[in-house]
Amino acid sequence: MAALCVEELLARAEQRAAEPHPSVAVEKELELEFDLGNLLALDRNVPPSMPRAAGAQRESRLRSLARDNTQLLVAQLWGLPAERAEGATGPLVAQLPEPSYRLPREKPLPRPRPPTRWEQFARLKGIRRRKRTSLVWDEAAKQWRRRWGYERAGGDPARDWLIEVPAGADPNEDQFAKRLREKREKVARNEFNRLRNIARGALPGRGLHPTGHQSRAELGRATQVARVSTASLGRFQPRLPKEPPAPPPRGGKKRHFEPLLGDLAAERSRQLELLRGLGSKKPPLDLTRAVNKQLREEDAQAAADKGKKRGQRGKRGRQRPGGGKGKKGGARRQQQRRPAGRKRS
Amino acid sequence: MWDHDAGFWFEAKPSGLQKPKTKRAKRFLEKREPKLTENTKNAILIKGGNANLTVTETLKDIVSILLEIHKNITRPFEDQTSLEFFSKKSDCSLFLFGSHNKKRPNNLIIGRMFDYHVLDMIELGIEKFVSLKDIKNSKCPEGTKPMLIFAGDTFDLNEEYRRLKSLLIDFFRGPTVPTIRLAGLEYVLHFTAMDGKIYMRSYKVLLKKSRCKIPRIELEEMGPSLDLVMRRTHLASEDLYKLSLKQPKALKPKKKKNISHDVFGTSYGRIHMQKQDLSKLQTRKMKGLKKRPAAKMTEEDEGISPKKLKSV
Repeated sequence: MAALCVEELLARAEQRAAEPHPSVAVEKELELEFDLGNLLALDRNVPPSMPRAAGAQRESRLRSLARDNTQLLVAQLWGLPAERAEGATGPLVAQLPEPSYRLPREKPLPRPRPPTRWEQFARLKGIRRRKRTSLVWDEAAKQWRRRWGYERAGGDPARDWLIEVPAGADPNEDQFAKRLREKREKVARNEFNRLRNIARGALPGRGLHPTGHQSRAELGRATQVARVSTASLGRFQPRLPKEPPAPPPRGGKKRHFEPLLGDLAAERSRQLELLRGLGSKKPPLDLTRAVNKQLREEDAQAAADKGKKRGQRGKRGRQRPGGGKGKKGGARRQQQRRPAGRKRS
Repeated sequence: MWDHDAGFWFEAKPSGLQKPKTKRAKRFLEKREPKLTENTKNAILIKGGNANLTVTETLKDIVSILLEIHKNITRPFEDQTSLEFFSKKSDCSLFLFGSHNKKRPNNLIIGRMFDYHVLDMIELGIEKFVSLKDIKNSKCPEGTKPMLIFAGDTFDLNEEYRRLKSLLIDFFRGPTVPTIRLAGLEYVLHFTAMDGKIYMRSYKVLLKKSRCKIPRIELEEMGPSLDLVMRRTHLASEDLYKLSLKQPKALKPKKKKNISHDVFGTSYGRIHMQKQDLSKLQTRKMKGLKKRPAAKMTEEDEGISPKKLKSV
């Protein structure tokens, strides 16, 4: 009995193998890579080369290659966890995994808004945001009203028909106009601060990729980097047509030492000078400081004069000494230049 | 530019500087800001000033799969500014540009933008083109998410081809979906790179019965099919490309602490426990170790007394 069963089974299996149902098996040298989230398959096998194949032959070959690859992709998709949508009779719906093939973003990563100046200050001082209710009780209207905006509690101050003149204020001043002006100033200041916060938050340079508008400073930096990016660190790089001349090389001067043997007289005088400085009780005259002091005094004097002049408005033309000031300014400029020169040498 | 979605004129300015005056304008600007999970990329298809029939038909056929068509005269490889301008105006980060001239006949330029600037751009010449209309058989509905297959080792070995592959995936993949109807998989785009050419073929999938659960696949050519050759390329520098690939930290799956896996997929965990009280450990019960009633009483009293005090 058992033997018969086995024979039967074998016969059935043979029959099934002989049936016209085509197989779904595909042979590939290298396995395909799949990204099922994108319904994507990557076949790394070398496709059969056919440089001289005619159109129809090539098409059939391409189609058979595509069929094999699609078969493999479909097998993967059918292997995904699936369920019937809308009950037992609905279509079979497979759940796709997240796409794994990395593609570039469309826009850069969102950046958090930089804190405003007030937020920075509040953080420094430990001031916490206090939540205020939007509705407040209006005693006059006997109902809850908004704190701000349309139909606000206590009435809109801009719509007052009567304003008390404050004590000590000019009675002829228009209080309505004053209120309006203050409001406008407040709005303008807020807008200015908002723009300033944006400007502060803008980062100087976002890498070296092209941005829409590069500032003069950014472009200058870029040219500087490009200049020294040669094999010889920009030594033989010619200047561009309208480029300003190169700044003097930075990094200080080299020290020069006097020769050990040489001008004996000079050495003697130098040593004597040093000894005299050490021996004397008088503080040495610091020329730079002295000049600076003199300049400050002159400035203070000039400022005082100017203040006086403002006080006596209208008499400017008569009071002014003719041409004296210009000369004085010129002298000062010369003085300024001299100490700076000394420092450098 | 007049925007149809928002229904108002807008001027492109640095974000934040321009304060929207209406809620609608605000929503519109928010829609265009960089996001953690991005929108599906949109594409503009541009017919150059001198596009011939082949190029126009190609663009039209691709439109039947994808999006709209614009008409403008530009040379993307010489001057990208107008392209970037259009990309910014229409918020499209993919483009396909078609033109035809004596030097570069039947020219297609496929490219993408990052932050409204050209990232990659590859010029392809059409050597052979068979339109959708030329092949007389049933088509699949517009907007079907295609299965994408890339065959050939060149797509992996050559940097330019690798970028082209990435570009084509970006261009044709459509929206990312969490689920898909299995019977609705009826469209394959097959790209084969061999003999210095790229063969793009689109087939309709026929699912046939087989002996097992997985259906047997048969393909039917549907069109458009293109034989392409690569011409000029403009690839993003390595660091810019890397920057564009950067994933936001918030989207990365959080690492679970104290769990590790070995090569076989077994997970190991470390559990932190408090020190065990060994005096309460239940050992083998024996008559000799049993507590006598008297001893129990005294112990209980001691244990209870502080509690009582507390309650008072």
